[in-house]
Amino acid sequence: MKPFTYERVTSSADATHAGAQTGAAFIAGGTNLVDLMKLEVMAPDRLVDINRLDLQSIVATDDGGLRIGALVTNSALAADATVAEHYEVLARALLAGASGQLRNKATTGGNLLQRTRCAYFYDTAMPCNKREPGSGCQARDGLNRILAILGTSAQCIATHPSDMAVAMMALGAVVEVEDKGGTIRRIKLDDLYCLPGSTPHIETVLDAGDLICAVILPAPSKGVHIYRKVRDRSSYAFALVSVAAVMRMEESRIAQAALAFGGLAPKPWRSAQVEAALEGNAPSDALFDHAADLLLSDAQGFGANDFKIPLTRRTLKAVLRTATEAAQ
Amino acid sequence: MTQITNLKINGVSQRVGVDERTSLLDLLRHHLNLTGTKKGCDHGQCGACTVLVNGVRINSCLSLACMHDGDEVVTVEGLGTPENMSRLQKAFVQHDGFQCGYCTAGQICSATAMLEEVAAGWPSNVSACLSGKVELSDEEIAERMSGNLCRCSAYPGIVRAIRFAAEGDTP
Repeated sequence: MKPFTYERVTSSADATHAGAQTGAAFIAGGTNLVDLMKLEVMAPDRLVDINRLDLQSIVATDDGGLRIGALVTNSALAADATVAEHYEVLARALLAGASGQLRNKATTGGNLLQRTRCAYFYDTAMPCNKREPGSGCQARDGLNRILAILGTSAQCIATHPSDMAVAMMALGAVVEVEDKGGTIRRIKLDDLYCLPGSTPHIETVLDAGDLICAVILPAPSKGVHIYRKVRDRSSYAFALVSVAAVMRMEESRIAQAALAFGGLAPKPWRSAQVEAALEGNAPSDALFDHAADLLLSDAQGFGANDFKIPLTRRTLKAVLRTATEAAQ
Repeated sequence: MTQITNLKINGVSQRVGVDERTSLLDLLRHHLNLTGTKKGCDHGQCGACTVLVNGVRINSCLSLACMHDGDEVVTVEGLGTPENMSRLQKAFVQHDGFQCGYCTAGQICSATAMLEEVAAGWPSNVSACLSGKVELSDEEIAERMSGNLCRCSAYPGIVRAIRFAAEGDTP
């Protein structure tokens, strides 16, 4: 591990100031960052420990939603009574991710900002445009079983590995960010992430020093909540494909179909086109196939991950079938 | 640079000065000679390094020692001794919860905290319901212990030992 300076901050003003310095990185749970630092995939000069900030609470918002502090652990969030009752898709996604030990350390903000698990990103002997811009990508023609089929570019086919973020995407979450000037802004989760394009090393719209303070969920939907995750082993593995769904029926027609997908793209994936095609229609196999056609119209496999295209179709259809039957 | 960190380990207050790059795992093993905690993968994938921090199980390999100022750490040495084993330690011995033993300290620390999580009503990925009392089936135990790998695959004995300890009978 490369040497770094370590400092503990106790106010968000100190955090954003320290975090804006060259080579600085925030550390919260550290379950991803410490690993990447050991491998020297990430080598911050200055580590800013934000664990003492007062960002550990989950509170109701005035408009019936929920404000989740950035330092709430994945375990605490999954076990929260309000989340279990009103945002089941989120609790299910959290519980489908990582292990008990990791969920106890991993935080809400850190989970959103975790890095891809692409093997080429992790292996410093390999070129990787995300780790070292301009060096190339060997994943396209290499071991890409777990990598993306949507939203990729010639430079990068990495996936975002989070389960939690997929559920939050389906729930329409908003991220609250404080910048180094103390200004607080809100970013839709969908707008937090950048697609790789020609700059795969830039993963979010956050600037140096920007601190995620909270994730805000809108008032809950009464619909059926499902998180379906397909992976190579039944526990403690990243998603090959996952689907988060919040579905509501009215008079035998789909009134709401909020869907988000994991394991497919460089960000948790949401398609307004797919949702619009489903909403207002009666559920049928043909409709579900049409939704899958729309979702996958631009999908591109790279060999070892070609299977994700039919797997996504089947997983989506299974979720839609289960959700619409349960919502009747 | 050396960071001075105050923490309590197995009930004993310690003031340690280690490089900020030192993991909690390396602090325990290399600096405090608490070698019961094992280094398996050193990347948070195997669970051999599991310890309790403020009563919560974590992978000590993925945590920097300097970040634990003020924390209370319990390792397998703090759970029991060969003469006075904890309930789970006894159950692991009596139900063949290990073969080579390398993962065992992590398994036992993990199971100790896992049973507290169950008592607190935390759901798991296989729980049908997200709230209410958890019925500790073999499937629940396996899911909740999935962060602890055993390359000898002593899993049936591990699950049996945990169930036995949890059920409250004398092993």
